[in-house]
Amino acid sequence: MAAVLTKTATDAGGSPPGPRRRPARAGRPRSEGSYALYLLPGALAFLVVIVVPFLMNTGISFTEWSGVGTPEFTGLDNYEKLLGDEDFWESFRHSLAMVVAMAVLPTALGLVLATALFDVVAKHAGARWASVLRACFYLPQVLPIAVAGIVWSWILAPENGSLNDLLGALGLDGLQQDWLGDPDWALYSVMAVMVWVQIGFPLVIFMSGLQRLDPALHEAAELDGAGWWRRLWHITLPQLRPEIAVVLLWCTIAALKVFGMVYVLTGGGPGGSTNVPSYFAYQNFFENFQAGYGAAISTVLTILIMVLAVVALRLQTKAEDET
Amino acid sequence: MTAVKKYPVLAALVLGALFMVLPFAVVLMNAVKSPDEYSSDGPLSLPDGLHLDGITTFWERVDFGEKLWNSVLISGSVALLAVVLSVFSAYAIGIGRIKGRPWVLAFFVLANMLPQEALVYPVYYLSKEAGLYDTRLSVIIVFTVIQSAFGTYLLASVLSGFPREVIEAARIDGATKWQVLWRVVVPVSRPTIGVLMVLFFIWTWNEFLLPLVMLVSDDVQTVSVALGVLQGQRDMDATMTNAAALLGVLPALAFFLVFQRTLTRGIAVGAVK
Repeated sequence: MAAVLTKTATDAGGSPPGPRRRPARAGRPRSEGSYALYLLPGALAFLVVIVVPFLMNTGISFTEWSGVGTPEFTGLDNYEKLLGDEDFWESFRHSLAMVVAMAVLPTALGLVLATALFDVVAKHAGARWASVLRACFYLPQVLPIAVAGIVWSWILAPENGSLNDLLGALGLDGLQQDWLGDPDWALYSVMAVMVWVQIGFPLVIFMSGLQRLDPALHEAAELDGAGWWRRLWHITLPQLRPEIAVVLLWCTIAALKVFGMVYVLTGGGPGGSTNVPSYFAYQNFFENFQAGYGAAISTVLTILIMVLAVVALRLQTKAEDET
Repeated sequence: MTAVKKYPVLAALVLGALFMVLPFAVVLMNAVKSPDEYSSDGPLSLPDGLHLDGITTFWERVDFGEKLWNSVLISGSVALLAVVLSVFSAYAIGIGRIKGRPWVLAFFVLANMLPQEALVYPVYYLSKEAGLYDTRLSVIIVFTVIQSAFGTYLLASVLSGFPREVIEAARIDGATKWQVLWRVVVPVSRPTIGVLMVLFFIWTWNEFLLPLVMLVSDDVQTVSVALGVLQGQRDMDATMTNAAALLGVLPALAFFLVFQRTLTRGIAVGAVK
């Protein structure tokens, strides 16, 4: 900290030595304090709300604790138990499904939609159309996840649910399912809802990314007779690479954190068929009163996310340097 | 692009967009049906008339006005306090260029990405010890800090491009750092600060896990938590579910219409800039 506090002294060195400057007292040590003081409230708040709880959580993960009384130190027991816990591995397999639903599919669909909106709609039907359509796709992103969950659980309900009714009305009774209550279907239903929730984010990012591309390249390729798909693949895609990387990583991180939708739609069920690490940790904390085990699950999840976050940050700074 | 190809693409996009908003339309349609009509005609028929009993019954049963007020109070306070906290930290990092700047910045970004699962139990435990459990204040404090992580990161990178001459000029005229912050830096950065306030408000409004754990009493719960808990308990009939969905959708829709441009701009800036 002391090193930080002395920094201000050299700050004044940046100004040009003008002829009428008041005789600077050596290094201008003002009595008003240094810039680092302005970091103090933030640093203290982060210490109390983020750093200390995070360290506590890591500590708890090495103990057996019900949440009351004294935690009993058990070393790596919780982590050993995790490795052999089929429910834990299953929850992580569902995380992979969420990565497909929230990162892979939305990125792919978002790319096609963004280029279509940008190329076709904005150019031939007007910018207003493009922004109205973009707004439609983005809308689910501002909806509280709990509310989106209510909407979908009602649409996907087996009795009198809109989807089953629609299938019935089309004469497709055979396709009707208990979408969220059937262990074979529940995960796919949750995935479909997450695609709906997530797609607006890549779309908005890609549309703003497309604006910085040079239209001349596109026009040249069009004159040379390259079709729309080929131009998307060979020209747009390589140029949007920084955006794509950032979106994929951000969405993957979001997919690993999924909690609210599972809580509201399925409660992890039926029979654990839609459980995810975040919900699994919550169950251990607040339903099974196994705080130590819950803390171990969340620590593993945190490590995974932090590794991805560091990669994301590196890519982002690289992308910034290039532009 | 030839005209032949243009219309199928346009049609496909419009269909896609309709599919995205269809759930909202279905909710709106059914929220104004009576329970009898719903059970006889099903969810897909157009409503016979405007039947608002379901909504008023639900409103009174969950005391929705109170939930709305809690959400406004919590999200509004967080938006304001988190922006102030972000401005202070970003001033030190972006303008003050304190030593170890990249590390401090990296710390804030990582703090922003930390999953709340890794904080929730200790925060729950500590707030009980401090007598803050089950109060709106606890949620305000926690989210002020969490949101300001992103705010600090974004504002610091905006402020590091702030024209140095302006600050030097003010300093030579005898302005203190405090005065430079409030009379020069803040007024000039108002657009970014506005985007941040909108984002913080909506993000906090939509938060679920931490408020779910921290707010257990009915009278302090936010809209998200109250609706999520009701749904999680599975004790709502179809009409109530619909009323709940509609009342949950409306505020979000209102924010969206009011802040659409700020939001999409803010998201793009935050993710790629």
